Amino acid sequence: MNDKPWNNRAWFFVLPVLAFVLFSSIVPMMTVVNYSIQDSMGVNNFFWNGDAWFRELLDPSTEIGARFAGALVRTFAFSLTCLAIELPLGIAIALCLPRRGWSIGASLVLIALPMLIPWNVVGTIWQIFTRADIGLFGAVLTGIGLPYNVTQDPVSAWVTIVVIDVWHWTPLVILLSYAGLRAIPDAFYQAARIDGASRWAVFIKIELPKLQKVLVIATLLRFMQTFMIYTEPVVVTGGGPGNATTFLSIDLVKIAIGQVDLGKAAAMSLVYNLIIITVCWVFYTVMTQLERRRDA
Amino acid sequence: MRDSIIPRLALALYLVLLMLPIYWLINMSLRTNADIMSHFTLWPHEPSLIKYREIFRDPSWVHAFGVSLTYVAINTVISVSVALPAAYAFNRYHFVGDKHLFFWLLTNLMAPAAVFVMPFFNLYYAVGLFDTVWAVALAHCLFNVPLAVWILEGFVGGVPREIDETAAIDGYSFPRFFVRIFLPLIANGIGVTAFFCFMFSWVEQLLATTLTSSNALPFAAVMTRSYSASGMDWSLLSAAGVLTMVPGAVVIWFVRNHIAKGFALGRV
Repeated sequence: MNDKPWNNRAWFFVLPVLAFVLFSSIVPMMTVVNYSIQDSMGVNNFFWNGDAWFRELLDPSTEIGARFAGALVRTFAFSLTCLAIELPLGIAIALCLPRRGWSIGASLVLIALPMLIPWNVVGTIWQIFTRADIGLFGAVLTGIGLPYNVTQDPVSAWVTIVVIDVWHWTPLVILLSYAGLRAIPDAFYQAARIDGASRWAVFIKIELPKLQKVLVIATLLRFMQTFMIYTEPVVVTGGGPGNATTFLSIDLVKIAIGQVDLGKAAAMSLVYNLIIITVCWVFYTVMTQLERRRDA
Repeated sequence: MRDSIIPRLALALYLVLLMLPIYWLINMSLRTNADIMSHFTLWPHEPSLIKYREIFRDPSWVHAFGVSLTYVAINTVISVSVALPAAYAFNRYHFVGDKHLFFWLLTNLMAPAAVFVMPFFNLYYAVGLFDTVWAVALAHCLFNVPLAVWILEGFVGGVPREIDETAAIDGYSFPRFFVRIFLPLIANGIGVTAFFCFMFSWVEQLLATTLTSSNALPFAAVMTRSYSASGMDWSLLSAAGVLTMVPGAVVIWFVRNHIAKGFALGRV
């Protein structure tokens, strides 16, 4: 790992990537920064506003600050709930997948299907699916006597959004984990068998460490996606009841498009972006450090 | 445990639960709107393919399907081909700012799309690409190129460095080594990366619908139009939804062996 040669000409290999990514990232980013320090009055009428939006946003005693803090807590709770379910479930299913035979291909295609549906269609499916009168999910839950009502009951709405996300994205964790498992050489398993290791020991001592790198990617992707969830709650619950499922991105769009408050929305999206980057950076750094220590 | 019955049962149960909403979608696509809204039924009593026929006969649906496939294909090709040399560089060399650059790439997946939509519109309008498949293909590079670099870097790491050195000693020039020897070695990685790029570009709609108006309207945009015209056309929307799964299912069928053979060879 540490014997990589030092070669600055490698930059030339990275240039095409930079060109494509920068083209789409830098101008929009600068526009947002530009909005965030101004106030808009009607179309094309901007005033210098300094850091006022940011101060208002980070102060929970203001109206917007309270909204932001509330949405932030809900979004974190949602992300962590989804990660806590999807990662173990994804790994478990990946362990259950067959290792040979025709059934691998069939299982993989079926597992990947939910991810291939455009997000508004996912919302639409679940909108019907969760209705107590004409949807299977809603009908079954009401049938066994649970007080299930997406539009009235916050708990139902919350559970529904989590179930949708688990249904939609656990397959990503499964695909990544399965591929990671397949890359473990058979020799490791044979050695474990000779040592008489239990199934649990094989999992903890061999499979989990070997999966670390794919799981880091899976966790980062899932964290980002759940933290930015928008389409599904908007279609299924509309952020309600009340604001029980109003996550950061939904609030953001309400402010940017509903109230045409570009300055506030831009400041909010920058803070939002910064939070995601910080969390991911801390997680990534910790995981790479752990790995380096283990390799050493 | 590997040979016991429990994992197989667990997998079967999971697959059934996973398929239920999709079954419901297919179920709805075969029924009329009045039938869907009026009563609960586990299977369509009078299945009809009328909505599918409607979609295939309407040129705007067919055109939109072609548009979506085109920009997804362009995007996948661009993403994988620019990411390949970069992934090689990140894995094989140290250079100024490499670690920061690698992480910065990932941060491009973290921008809340909702707010970036307006600036995106202005940018692509200014460069004259608005309402073309290229606008969408390039905009999707924002998240697909970084993703491709991250995934491919792991595969590059799975190829021992001795191979590079041996090829150099044998007198291969670098481009020839890269294309003739290196690319075939990471064919698995390329297949899997292409699938992920395809998928994320295929399901993205916010940018795709914002950057187009009539000529290059994506499939998802035509779908949104269909439920504002005369209330919700649930049945039509379901049929369209079923059709959106087809291209991806075909792609994953082709890369299934790559995934099974060992994705993340080097990541592990």
